[in-house]
This record gives sequence, structure tokens and C-alpha cells, in this order.
Amino acid sequence: MASLNEPGTTVRAPRAPWLTLKRRETIEGWLFVSPTLIGFLIFFLGPLIAVVFYSLSEWNLLSQDTIFVGLANYEDALTQNPDFWQVIRNSVIFAAGLVPMNMALALALAMALARPFRGVVFFRTIFFAPVVTSAVAWAIVWKFLLQGDAGAVNQMLATVGIDGPNWLREPNWAMAAVIVTRVLKMVGLNMILYIAALQSIPRDYEEAARLEGASEWQIFRMVIWPLLAPTTLIIMVITTIGSFKVFDHIYLMTGGGPENGTLVLAFYIYQQAFEFFEIGYASALAMIMFVIVLALTVVQLILRQKGST
Amino acid sequence: MALSQPQLATVKRICWMLSLVVVAIPFLFPFLWMISSGFKGPTEIFGEPSLIPRTWRWQNFVEVFEYQPFARQYFNSIYIACAVTVLTLLLSSLAGYALARMRFAGAALLMLFLMSALMVPEEVTIVPNFFLMKWLGVMDTHVPLILLPVFGPHGVMATFLMRQYFVALPKELEDAGKMDGLSRAGIWWKIALPMSRPALAAVAIITFLFSWNLFLEPLVFISSLENFTLPLALSNFTDPYGAPLWHLQLAATSLAVVPILIVYLIAQRQIIESFAMSGVKG
Repeated sequence: MASLNEPGTTVRAPRAPWLTLKRRETIEGWLFVSPTLIGFLIFFLGPLIAVVFYSLSEWNLLSQDTIFVGLANYEDALTQNPDFWQVIRNSVIFAAGLVPMNMALALALAMALARPFRGVVFFRTIFFAPVVTSAVAWAIVWKFLLQGDAGAVNQMLATVGIDGPNWLREPNWAMAAVIVTRVLKMVGLNMILYIAALQSIPRDYEEAARLEGASEWQIFRMVIWPLLAPTTLIIMVITTIGSFKVFDHIYLMTGGGPENGTLVLAFYIYQQAFEFFEIGYASALAMIMFVIVLALTVVQLILRQKGST
Repeated sequence: MALSQPQLATVKRICWMLSLVVVAIPFLFPFLWMISSGFKGPTEIFGEPSLIPRTWRWQNFVEVFEYQPFARQYFNSIYIACAVTVLTLLLSSLAGYALARMRFAGAALLMLFLMSALMVPEEVTIVPNFFLMKWLGVMDTHVPLILLPVFGPHGVMATFLMRQYFVALPKELEDAGKMDGLSRAGIWWKIALPMSRPALAAVAIITFLFSWNLFLEPLVFISSLENFTLPLALSNFTDPYGAPLWHLQLAATSLAVVPILIVYLIAQRQIIESFAMSGVKG
């Protein structure tokens, strides 16, 4: 490109210039995206490809040697290591508890707060506040509140005569506690998305149904809910994928315990890679996570296609 | 006792408000309890619960800074978040503009290619990135904490947000700029960027918070105390046996959270809209 601007080149009979407008646009376009693209290749796509190779090898961190072991790491996870299936089970329970609770609460709050009334901004602000708060802070405070006897939650329960469990130290309660506190942290985001969707529904629809004599429930069931379907689908997929990525929340609240009862996939990957230095095994786990998230996304695309036809 | 129509409406309204208040408690209460406990001494914190501390122990907020280099850690978080935000704004608006406005060969394919990043969790690429950073010799520095958010899925999301905004902008002004002899870069910088302030603000807000709240990356890449960021520092207020020093931890957490909350309360409309625009997160 530089040579075109150089002065003193011999003047020839005019011919079609090499740098057509179209070519110029292509060069400029690629120049504009190149910083993003190069960084993306180095820090994202490269590692993504590397993790495939890592997952097929055994690493010795001391000698820095790698041996190709084929699918042994996957075999190890799927058939040998009992932890793996417990981790998958935990992740599924976490998602199965979190997603419906989050979505139902988000929808209920959005229905309550979509229309203006005095105090609506106040409530929206409160329900959204945990979203802007760091997960670490949220987890620390809830861990504090949910301690055995000394925790504020149990002390309050005691005043009404309920003997609360040691929430984070008993396997079933610990899972329930991390799910509920995670819902409280993130529900505001889905609430906002639902509010935006609700506000885009023309009021005439509702009015017309009311004139026809439909009850509030019928209006919701027959008019609003179907119109919310695309939003519901997107929220469902985002929330499900998000639930498989949860790490900091659980790392800080329970440390994966008790008895690995809250050890979820993202945490397990971290543990294997950076605490036990099982790089090959951790990479196989990362690939499994990738496949799960990919499958969820594909399911979403299929559902969306079905919904639109 | 029969209630008249307006009376019934009032009763309904009051019940309605009350139920909203009840639901709001678990959202609001942790913040209040965090701040109040940050003022309590190590013994009072486990005593009879009360929202107002019996003795206000301001000393906590001094000890927080003595226990670890908390001021330094605080500063780290601020400057890293600023760097990530500025870089993300620049790169995402540049790439987003090209993807929105320029018809160049390969653009559609590139979009698809970048979009695939949105569904890959950070946990999947963290292990190879660990070795990459080691190889680059930037372990225990802030370089990974700046580069990874800028070039990872979050950066791609920002690029798409910018692209969506540019696509919807009217073209006339840019055409006028072209007539006046502005280059592409000139049009981007002088015309398109000033017109896209709402999108830039949204990207800035969610990016700042994204970096500010990052935990996994600091945990993996940072090892020395003076290089910690806030989330790491907060998790580090423990006694030698690993048990949390709650009064210090909660005082420090308050110091980290309250400024963000104040900004949020002032600009809540703008901030909530930014998240609604991004549509993805968490």
C-alpha cells in the first residue's frame, strides 16, 4: 500500500487501479478488526485449541514432559474417577435448582415492577443491587450470615422458635444455601430483561382480553406468557450456561464441601489444574464443560428455530 | 364489615407493598448487616445480634490497612479496571464499527467466528492461558488481568454491542464526513464515536464491573499480596489457621462494596439499562 503513495513513480497510461474501492474497504476493514482479532487468536482461540491437545496428554510438571495418552484422561473421568460423576451430579442439581427458581422469581418480580407506581424505582434498585456487587463480597457476607449457631439467619430463626441447621456444613443444606444465595445475587438481571420484554407488549392486547372477560390469570396465561416466550428462552439458556460457570460463589461459601457436596464442574477444573496440577485431566474436564455448554447452545438454537416457524 | 371499592383498593395496595417489602429483605439485609458488622469488635460480632453496633469500632478500618497492603490492592483494582475499560472501549468500537459499516470480504465469516466465543466459559481456556502467561513471563503481574478480559468472551460481547449500535445509527452524517474528505478512521473517531455515547457508556459500565469483580483470573495468576486485586484481598482476611477474621473481612468488604453502591444509586437508571442492553452476563 505504501508504494502507491510514493512520489516520483513514472507516469503510465491510465489503467484500472489495483486499489479499487472494494479492495480498499477490505483492507481497511481488516485493519479495523485486527487488534481484536489478533488478541482473540492469541488469548482465546489458541488456548481453546491447545486445551484439546492438553486433554490428550499426560503432564509431568517437574520434568516439563508431556506424553500422548489418547483418550485416557476422558476415560479416567468417565469410568475411573468416582468424583467426576458426583461433580456432574452436583452441577446438574445446582442448575436444576437455580434455573427454575431464578426464572420464576425474575418473572414474578418483573410482573410486579413492570408498570410504574410510587416506589417502583426503589424496589427495582434493591433487587438489582446484588448484580453490581462482586460475587466475592456477596458470598462472604452470606457465609457470615449462614454460620451455625452464631449466624444472623439462625439467630433470627431462633427468635421464632426454629432451630436452624448449620447451613454450609450439612451436605443437602449447603447445596440449597448456595443455590438460593446465587439466585438472590443474579435474579435482578433476569428481572430487568423480563421487564423490558413486558414493557414492549402493547397494552391493547391486555385491554382487549379484559373486555372479553378474561381473568387476570387467563390474561397472563393466554396473552402475556406466549408473548414472553422468546425472552424466556434466551433467559433460560443464559442462566443455564451461567450456572455451569459458577466458581467464585461456591469457592468462597463452601469450598466445594461438605464431603464434596457442592463441588461443581468449574470448581473441579480449577482444583485439578491449580491445586493438584493434573493438567491433562483438568483439560479433559474443560473439554467436557465446553461440550456441555455447546450442546445447551445448540438446543437453544433448535428451539428458537422451532418457535419462529 | 363490608369495604367500599376504594377502601378495598387501598387494602390491596398495602398488602401488595408489604409483600414486596418482605421479598426485598434478603436483597437489602446483607448490605446492612455487612456495614454494621464491619463496625463491630471481634466478640460483639458473635454476640446478641443487633443492626446498630453497641460500640462503634472504627479501629477495624485502620486494621484492615495494617493486616495486608489493602490500599495498594484497592489501587490495583481501580487501575486495572480502568485499563481494561479503556482498551475494551477502543478495540470493541473499532472492530464493531468495521463489522457494522464496512462491506469487506470475510466480514460475515469473521462475525460467526467471533460469536462462537460467547459460549465458551473462561474455565475452559484458563489452563492453556496459564502456560501462555508463564511463557510470556508475566505471572504474578497485572498483564493477564488486563489482556484476558479485553480479548476474551467479554471483549467479543462488547464488540457485538457496539456493532448493534452502529448498525442502527443513521448514515447521513458519516456520508457528509466522507464528502468532506475524512478518512475511515476519521469518520469513526470524529463522527461515529461521538454519536454512540450511550453504547460506549454501557460498554464502559459493564466492563468496569466485569474487571472489578473478576476472581478466577487473579486467583490463578497473582501470588504476592501487593499484586492482589480487591476480590482476592477480601477473601484473604483469615487467621493463621484459615478461619475468617470476620470483623476485618466485613469492614474491608464494606470498603470495597459501598463506593460501587453509591455510584449505582446515583446512576442506577443508566447502569440497569447498560445491563439490559448487553443481555448476557453471569
